[in-house]
Amino acid sequence: MYACIHSPGNLPLLIECARGFSPYIEETSPDTVVFDVRGLESLHGPPPQLAREIERRVGLPANIAIAANPDAAIHAARGIRGITTIPKGREAEALAPLSLNLLGGSAETADLLDLWGIRSFGDFAKLPPLGVAARLGEEGLWLQRLARGEDHRQLRPLEDPLQFEESMDLDHPVELLEPLSFILARLLNEICRRLRARALSAGQIRLRLILENAPEHFTALEMPVPMLDEKAFLKMLQLDLSARPPAAPVLKVLLSAEPVKPRRTQQGLFVPATPEPEKLELTIARIKHFAGADKAGAAVLVDTNRPDSFVLRSFAPRPVSSQPKPSALFSAQQADPRLALRRYRPPRYAQVIVIHERPARITSPALSGSVVMAKGPWRTSGDWWQQEDWNRDEWDIEVAAGGLYRLFQELNSRRWFIEGSYD
Amino acid sequence: MGLVSQLRASISTRFDIPSGILPREHHTKLPTGIRALDKLTSGGIARGTLTEIAGPVSSGRTAILFSLLAQATGQGECCAFIDATGSFDPLSAAQAGADLDRVLWINCAGKTEHALKATDLIIQAGGFGLVVLDLADTPDREAARIPLASWFRLRHAAERNSTALLLAETRINARSCSTVQIELHRKRPLWSGLLFRGLLAGAESRKHYQALTAEFEAVR
Repeated sequence: MYACIHSPGNLPLLIECARGFSPYIEETSPDTVVFDVRGLESLHGPPPQLAREIERRVGLPANIAIAANPDAAIHAARGIRGITTIPKGREAEALAPLSLNLLGGSAETADLLDLWGIRSFGDFAKLPPLGVAARLGEEGLWLQRLARGEDHRQLRPLEDPLQFEESMDLDHPVELLEPLSFILARLLNEICRRLRARALSAGQIRLRLILENAPEHFTALEMPVPMLDEKAFLKMLQLDLSARPPAAPVLKVLLSAEPVKPRRTQQGLFVPATPEPEKLELTIARIKHFAGADKAGAAVLVDTNRPDSFVLRSFAPRPVSSQPKPSALFSAQQADPRLALRRYRPPRYAQVIVIHERPARITSPALSGSVVMAKGPWRTSGDWWQQEDWNRDEWDIEVAAGGLYRLFQELNSRRWFIEGSYD
Repeated sequence: MGLVSQLRASISTRFDIPSGILPREHHTKLPTGIRALDKLTSGGIARGTLTEIAGPVSSGRTAILFSLLAQATGQGECCAFIDATGSFDPLSAAQAGADLDRVLWINCAGKTEHALKATDLIIQAGGFGLVVLDLADTPDREAARIPLASWFRLRHAAERNSTALLLAETRINARSCSTVQIELHRKRPLWSGLLFRGLLAGAESRKHYQALTAEFEAVR
């Protein structure tokens, strides 16, 4: 048995009402929902009584139909005002007066039926199936089964939006991190239990703290890989809260997780071991706690000629193929090592004496002495259309003490800087 | 030798303790990618050990570090670069062939104690094939103040996790804790017309019964 409610413009209300009767609800269209009411006779009585109960709970003018299959219930609710209950086996008789416009199907089929003078479900149901199949094909046969109320299909149930949220109102404001950790542990355990029950992991953990006489505190922990480890989450939240404590005592704790599919990776037998993601994430969180939030990660070069351009993103190495790249190894083995630059961040200001247009002596807190060799200048510039442009002459120098350095002169300010040492 | 055997035999009968020289564990090696250095170190730096590379400014220390990063990441290893002074240049590392996606860079911005703590945490986390602790720009006095116990702790952690721990510095600091000590010295810069082409460096292995030396060029 299936019940259908049809009422234009009230879909959320219709779904809410249907949820009171069954978990299997299909949102057929923005004005129609159909749901499974099998087994409700013992609770609400026979179908007419059940239909009246549905009408009472909807509380709005709506057409309600109960039938043995979903499509018969839908057509009856759309075409017949008020309450309709169709006993099993009498669907064709009940649907016969309905207009053929309710049946659906392609425009060509509808035009053809109109040309034939077929106007109602009853007219169409009377046609011989063989003739319908010959003239209208598979679609015609399916439409005729609908018109006769004979088509049996499964519902396409509405899925609940997956929300993993927990909250707790506190009787007394909490000021210390330790009691707050107990609350967080409890909420995290509950969220992780629900995620585990649905075979999901968390991609992000969000914490909102409602504070006493202060704006709310918000923290979002982004996981580089899907994780489901309540102890690791708790430790990461503790580290975050101790690095950035709330500004006032906490009145309410709201914790939510973004559900994602768990990672499924099969490590090869012959590929090098990689750090365990949960452990690695916790380790990086610990390091960020004392070194700084922007001090650990994987550097990504930016596609520009501006010196020292990179962004730091979270470290999440991609899985390797089972064999290392032989070409890369070969080339690295055969070539001489590349000279590297060790940067000063920020570049160190220097006073430079220039003789014959070449640096001859350098004085700075980092480095002082005469320049025995200088090669350059190599001019680079860019982003002149922006506020932060660069325009400079670079020199490779060797100082008397023996070090090799990169020196540059800012052409806008005419100031000299040491960019780093070659090593 | 006869006396040693007699002494060992008498000790083993009187005390129920293991005696003798512990056989050296066989460690697989990570090649440096530089032929002269691979020859000097008999195939590269060993996993599960602490290797020191010391030398003055412009002696090729960072070129060796980046070459090792290129080798390790090329084999699919995850590496960590603990940068005590924030002087790591991602562009130079990428040009040397390192896969930056597999290099965790930790910038300690001049705080040596943070660098040591981060190194310890990273090795304990496991799964890193190569961990580089770069103290090359740390002042000598500060590096010398690091207690020997810290180096022991790091060496044992590296041993347990089969991680190759590499230490770059100006002078040898870990002393008896390191398995291999390579001292570098700058020989001469390589100029070519208007261009600075690279440098020629010399390397000497300190922990061999006979001094082994090598030369290599680091080019731009």
